Amino acid sequence: MAITDKEIQELTRHAKRIRKDIIDITGWAGGAHIGGGLSMTEILVILYYKYLNIDPKNPDWKDRDRMILSKGHGGVGYAPILARKGYFDFDLLKEFNRFKSPFGMHLDSNKVKGVDVSTGSLGHGLPIAVGLALGARLQKKSWLTYTILGDGECNEGSIWEAAMAAAHFKLTNMITIVDRNQLMIDGTTESVMGLEPFADKWKAFGWIVKSADGHDYNSLSEAIEYAQKEDAAPVVIIADTIKGKGVDFMENEVKWHYGGLDTDLMEKAKTSVDK
Amino acid sequence: MSQGLTWTVYDANTMSQAEIYGQVLCDLGEQNDKIVGLSADLANSTKIGKFGEQFPDRFFNVGIAEQNLFGVAAGLAKSGLTPFVSTMAVFASMRAAEQIRTDISYQNLDCKIIATHGGISFGAAGTTHHCTEDIAIMRSFANMTVIVPADGLEMANAVKACVDHPGPVYIRIGRGFEPTYYEKEDYGFEIGKAVNICDGTDLTIICCGVCVLQAAEAARYLKENDDLSVRVINIHTLKPLDEEAILKAVTDTRRIVTVEEHNIHGGLGSAVADVIAKSGKGCAFHKIGIPDCFCEVGYPEDLYSHYKLDADGIISVVRDVMGKDFEDDDDWEDEV
Ligand SMILES: Cc1ncc(C[n+]2csc(CCOP(=O)(O)OP(=O)(O)O)c2C)c(N)n1
Repeated sequence: MAITDKEIQELTRHAKRIRKDIIDITGWAGGAHIGGGLSMTEILVILYYKYLNIDPKNPDWKDRDRMILSKGHGGVGYAPILARKGYFDFDLLKEFNRFKSPFGMHLDSNKVKGVDVSTGSLGHGLPIAVGLALGARLQKKSWLTYTILGDGECNEGSIWEAAMAAAHFKLTNMITIVDRNQLMIDGTTESVMGLEPFADKWKAFGWIVKSADGHDYNSLSEAIEYAQKEDAAPVVIIADTIKGKGVDFMENEVKWHYGGLDTDLMEKAKTSVDK
Repeated sequence: MSQGLTWTVYDANTMSQAEIYGQVLCDLGEQNDKIVGLSADLANSTKIGKFGEQFPDRFFNVGIAEQNLFGVAAGLAKSGLTPFVSTMAVFASMRAAEQIRTDISYQNLDCKIIATHGGISFGAAGTTHHCTEDIAIMRSFANMTVIVPADGLEMANAVKACVDHPGPVYIRIGRGFEPTYYEKEDYGFEIGKAVNICDGTDLTIICCGVCVLQAAEAARYLKENDDLSVRVINIHTLKPLDEEAILKAVTDTRRIVTVEEHNIHGGLGSAVADVIAKSGKGCAFHKIGIPDCFCEVGYPEDLYSHYKLDADGIISVVRDVMGKDFEDDDDWEDEV
């Protein structure tokens, strides 16, 4: 069902709040992967507030859609959405990173409700998605598996091993979104280890590629709905994004891959989100 | 080979282990043009990036691809160069374990692995970034030398020494914010040779890495407060192991406590236990480490204290072991 203007207004409001949450958690935690947390906010917001078939009151519901944050360092951007959706109390996130907290930088599926797979070591999510999708098909389940990949993460061979397998097994019950923010840790993706022609690589592996603006709900909505219906081959959505999106002094700044915020910077960052 | 290094003792107080590594590697690179550097999108975090800035032609960042990283290093070594490879310990020892075993150790290649963020030094990141298994893994690879330096100066010594040490070497360090133990670098570092930190006759603490400073503090405290004479041995080289130092400690003190930032299975404690068992000498023995669980999340200080890896924890364990009156046991054979 195509997205309405009213829905877009709602999602925009959610995204603003989530970005401020990300800023708060980064401040409380003493440091977090904020840049890549902010680049995927719209992607997670549209999945969690529009598309995922889930029930936060019943996190282990067997027929729920599965969501894998393969770029697991994005935990700081993921945890607030799970909290706002009602999986757990938001105030628990004040303990992010702290001793015996369920919330480390990379979320643990055994400790955090709503997290389907423990991630943090890059390149693990897509193979697990292939397994989930095969499992769903074998057991005649209609739920979908969504996976969010980092673009730098796509350097890992295991991503391409899984890509080959997904196409080989004709898995059309999985939807993969790449957060194409063009940055990793040591620089731009193209300067460290060139990915381009990126779309052609996926195509050569047997996938259908959709491009989207990863900060635009119309664009994301169109791509996701296309992927949900496609039954010829697995679909990857390459979502163009901006690392640090929403916080002017972080946008496209590689040094904000990981960082801490004092109260002044937290204020500055929130003011920027409100602009 | 390693004269004329520009780092100073002063630096050890302001530079992290990894930063010292970066500097030492640059200095070695000046003297030895066979040295090449590699990383996998962690050039900055591991500080090998400093070498990369100074020798851009001799540095290769392969992107986030650790298996390729170690395969490429093997190829460079086969071509006659000496690769230094840096990534986080968890990805080196586990993601690329087979490349390190089969491509590097099996072929006995001159490849030096400097693994950062070892143990629980990146505590808040959680299990995916903790590394409490690497010593067990690396120790089990034939041909591999395994070193866990106590601090930045020992790191510098280890890096200098490993260049001329044939075959693969795995050096594990922390995240870089660890306090230092040594005040100067010329205390006689030698690969495979334990360092006596202090002498003692009641009990011996055998340790490595960040635990050395903590053990030294514990020994000092126990001398002053409990009138205990505790020996501390820094086993910076886990393999080849200085068995002589361990056997001497068993004979002299009959009570051994090992301390390491690693799962209690397969690390320093296990290596020491093997030596004790082989000797046929009985002794009271306790391993401090991560008790075969995935470590909690938290800042390293809190975790060290929780797992008794800090001075207070070591003191409490030493007191327990001292309280053990094993020589009164019926089945205790004092001389074998
Ligand atoms: C296997 C593995 N290698 C290295 C790392 C360290 N690391 C964490 S984030 C990151 C960069 C990720 O870049 P990208 O996938 O583009 O994520 P984003 O820019 O969206 O944050 C690296 C190298 C890791 N977590 N896992």
